[in-house]
Amino acid sequence: MNPSLLLAIPLLPLLAAVIAGLFGKLIGRAMAAGLTILGVAASCFLACTVLRDLLIGGVEPFNGTVYQWLATDGVTLQVGFLVDKLTALMMVVVTFVSLCVHVYTIGYMHDDAGFQRFFSYISLFTFSMLMLVMANNFMQLFFGWEAVGVVSYLLIGFWYTRPSAIFANLKAFLVNRVGDFGFLLGIAGVLYFTGSLNYDAAFAAAPSIAGKTITLFGGHPWSAMTVICICLFIGAMGKSAQVPLHVWLPDSMEGPTPISALIHAATMVTAGIFMVARMSPLFEYSDTALSFVLVIGATTALFMGFLGIVNNDIKRVVAYSTLSQLGYMTVALGVSAYKVAIFHLMTHAFFKALLFLAAGAVIVAMHHEQDMRKMGGLRKRMPVTYWTSLIGALALIGTPFFSGFYSKDALIEAVGESHRAGAGYAYFCVMAGVFVTALYTFRQIFMVFFGKERMDHHAAEHFHDVGWNMKAPLVALAIPSLLIGYLTIGPLLFGDYFGGAIFVRESNDVVGEMGAEFSGPVAFALHALTSLPFALASLGVISAWYLFLQNPAAADRIAGVLAPVRRVLDNKYYFDWFNENVIARCSRLLGGALWRGGDRALIDGILVDGSAKSVGRAALLVRVVQSGYLYSYAFWMITGLVILVGLFLYRL
Amino acid sequence: MITLGHMLTLSALLFALSVAGIFINRKNVLLLLMCLELLLLAVNFNFVAFSRYLGQIDGQVFVFFILTVAAAESAIGLAILVVLFRERRSINVEELNKLRG
Repeated sequence: MNPSLLLAIPLLPLLAAVIAGLFGKLIGRAMAAGLTILGVAASCFLACTVLRDLLIGGVEPFNGTVYQWLATDGVTLQVGFLVDKLTALMMVVVTFVSLCVHVYTIGYMHDDAGFQRFFSYISLFTFSMLMLVMANNFMQLFFGWEAVGVVSYLLIGFWYTRPSAIFANLKAFLVNRVGDFGFLLGIAGVLYFTGSLNYDAAFAAAPSIAGKTITLFGGHPWSAMTVICICLFIGAMGKSAQVPLHVWLPDSMEGPTPISALIHAATMVTAGIFMVARMSPLFEYSDTALSFVLVIGATTALFMGFLGIVNNDIKRVVAYSTLSQLGYMTVALGVSAYKVAIFHLMTHAFFKALLFLAAGAVIVAMHHEQDMRKMGGLRKRMPVTYWTSLIGALALIGTPFFSGFYSKDALIEAVGESHRAGAGYAYFCVMAGVFVTALYTFRQIFMVFFGKERMDHHAAEHFHDVGWNMKAPLVALAIPSLLIGYLTIGPLLFGDYFGGAIFVRESNDVVGEMGAEFSGPVAFALHALTSLPFALASLGVISAWYLFLQNPAAADRIAGVLAPVRRVLDNKYYFDWFNENVIARCSRLLGGALWRGGDRALIDGILVDGSAKSVGRAALLVRVVQSGYLYSYAFWMITGLVILVGLFLYRL
Repeated sequence: MITLGHMLTLSALLFALSVAGIFINRKNVLLLLMCLELLLLAVNFNFVAFSRYLGQIDGQVFVFFILTVAAAESAIGLAILVVLFRERRSINVEELNKLRG
């Protein structure tokens, strides 16, 4: 593969972002949008050719340095690309979803003053994400990691005059800092044990690191690999919003909907999943770390799903669904089914971006009303949005033959096959999660598109369906949401698609065991019709239909009986309360104490002002000696001379 | 018989006298200059005394040097004094504290 061609893939969106960002006013709205769309489209096209070359052309994966930034003490920091099929898949998903979002944005943001700025940001995001997935070393991975974090910060606070948006973007940034701290420690651990930041070197050294131990706090030796992997995974927990670092994702819905779709559903939040899959040669050598991953993921998958049931904000429901689905992917990582995680990541990117963009279309049509209690009956008014949403929802709950079904069913099966510590708990969580997913997804569908119209007179009068530039991306995403699972499950999971990109040890290979029973996507789907997940999903849909459409009084009765549970859910398990009142308050107290004690008293009071004052006081004493009279100076000179001579004579 | 001790004592007395003059005199800069001359004379006296005691001529050579330098110094000192008087209309030592920072 041609390195300059690969370089063009991330740089084209960057160029477009810089032009649209710096000269946005100059070139105008249409030009800014056109330019960035062109950049991303070219990038998407190139990514597709790369994937085609790898798949059909039989080209070897590219792994090489493009630019060396600096070399210091044997460590080189460089820009390098590792483009194998895993990367190529991510590149295509990222650029394709990004392209859809770019086109959709024209309609969504058309009367916003920050139109050019928005395009600049999303193009910049595409660049950052591509740098992240294409990296062949930890340095560049970290660069991309932080860059997507910054763009996410900028976009959550895009409407920077809203206090809630500013609060949310600060929260997202701070929570991600916690994760990034762990990530950085993990990278430092890799550097410490291998002396190199390149993936190759780290992966080659993995078996030798696995035998080493490291002593942390208080003398208990830890397996070095476990420490490194858990640290790296803490980074993934921040970016991919796993419990307890998930708190930023629901709040990030303060940003405009297109970026909720692009960043907070389809691409950036999957960076953590991608990273762990990429690091599979490391994670494979630590069962402890994988168990940790498994339990965290399972907890996220189930408990975040519950929150989706009680929320009434159309975007937040989808956000909680995203959290839950990220939990599913993490569970797959935890049972060494990295391929399944990436497979679910891909299908999820399509159907979740679709659901978000559909929600955005509803929001625009309702004049920026996000409360589902004021919607209802929109099926007739927005048929395209309704049908595409329905496809997304069916994919999400895992209806056979839809894309989400293949990935989710394979995932559940993989968990069932696994014998890793925590797999039983995880199996329960993902299984129960199927019911919960169906319940909240169809609650949303029913509340928004079915039933009576609950909007007020004013809203109904000004209601207008969205234009084709917003519908086209919905359709473009609905097609892969429908088909991609059916088409790709064979080669992706049970074929040799990933080749050497993902490493699984023989004893952990649950996907391989499943492959023995796999006989084509149709049989897979037909078999699932009689299985437990399908029954649970159907039950979920029926419950949603009964509780939220047919007999809402029953839902209220259940809510009344389960009032304490409801209160816990309404408060999101008190995570925010805990963070704000315990962690933030303690930090503020600590900061205040250090400020008063350390900064004001010690540094300002004693060191800086104190030294100046003591010089002043000493000068005050010495000053009286300087009278200006010649005779007094002469007197002191003679006195000094007498004393010195006296000392000289009588002591020596 | 006048011994070295006598001469050194006299010299020390002269020296002490002139130093005291520099300290105690608060009125006249002219007196200050005279005391300085006396100081140098006391030192000269020491030179001559030791020269004679040791039987070497070097000390007396130094005396001539010092006398010359003292003369030059007095000339400069008096010149400064004149300028000072023109400037301040006074040669009172009490008022001359411009060296104070």
